[in-house]
Amino acid sequence: MTNQQLEEVVKRLGVEAVISEAQFLTVEVPFDKLFDLARNLKENEQTQMDYLILITGVDYVSSFGCTYLLTSTTHNHYMVLKTRNIDKANPRVDSVTSLWQTAEYHEREIYDLMGITFNNHPDMRRMFLDESWVGHPLRKDYVDESNIIERKY
Amino acid sequence: MAIKSMKESDFKDTDTLDQQMLEENGIFFTTVDSILNWGRSNSIWPLTFATSCCGIEMMATAAARHDFARFGIEVYRASPRQADVIVVAGTIVNKMAPVLRRLYDQMAEPKYVVAMGACAVSGGPFFYNSYHVLKGVDHLIPVDVYIPGCPPRPEAFLYGIMQLQRKIKKETIKNKYARKNVANNYDEKNPLPEK
Repeated sequence: MTNQQLEEVVKRLGVEAVISEAQFLTVEVPFDKLFDLARNLKENEQTQMDYLILITGVDYVSSFGCTYLLTSTTHNHYMVLKTRNIDKANPRVDSVTSLWQTAEYHEREIYDLMGITFNNHPDMRRMFLDESWVGHPLRKDYVDESNIIERKY
Repeated sequence: MAIKSMKESDFKDTDTLDQQMLEENGIFFTTVDSILNWGRSNSIWPLTFATSCCGIEMMATAAARHDFARFGIEVYRASPRQADVIVVAGTIVNKMAPVLRRLYDQMAEPKYVVAMGACAVSGGPFFYNSYHVLKGVDHLIPVDVYIPGCPPRPEAFLYGIMQLQRKIKKETIKNKYARKNVANNYDEKNPLPEK
């Protein structure tokens, strides 16, 4: 399916979304509507997004965001789901692990390094760092005076 | 093989050291030492341990083109109990550090450490702005030979191994616990940084 056709389908799914074109169709949704749209995209006959390639956690300084890259192995098309304006003080997003199993490790990694908590995740623990680690090192405001020797580029 | 940074004649010139050893240890010990050290320095068995790209260079050094068996460093051992030297080939992250320390502790005496590449020497490209990399493997275990490079060429690795052999050739059984004390006191002298 081409990007235009995909766009038509997404609009018919009835989710309020900002759609923009890049290499892949990019759909920006509020984070509380994300799970419903993701499920619709997976279950809809025309889209059949059955494979999640990756999730990226983003630090937008004023808020957090998540980016999902989806593809369909039947129709061979791609699209990007974006969400931003996640509260900085208590960042929480719905987990998509129940839709795509691969999200489990991606979300754990984002939780570990970026500190975004995923609701309904089966195993929300740190992945790479020790359980005793304080803070989330990929956040832009992360400071660690004992380990990091700072140098501005 | 040509060693560019040092003339081969200088490399073999250890007369002053030999004279010093003879004066300190006498004819008996130096004779026994020379036989023992000849054997030890020409049968260095490294541990199969590599954490990143330096490991690829180390493997290339072991393979047919460079073939470090020519210099008496031979088979990779899969167990630290059978290894003489641990070549720290690559980045050591904080999570890996206890494992490396444990491997080192499990090795039998006499044991040697070669820090290969910028990461093992100082943290290398991860020295600045990194929260997860050990800034030099000498914070953790005592290092005998440092090989700079990112990663070092096989020739550099061979050069480092030959320097280690020189070092081994100047050991004496008279104070065989000297090295052991270095290893055992290392923890007290270099405590791990408090997190």
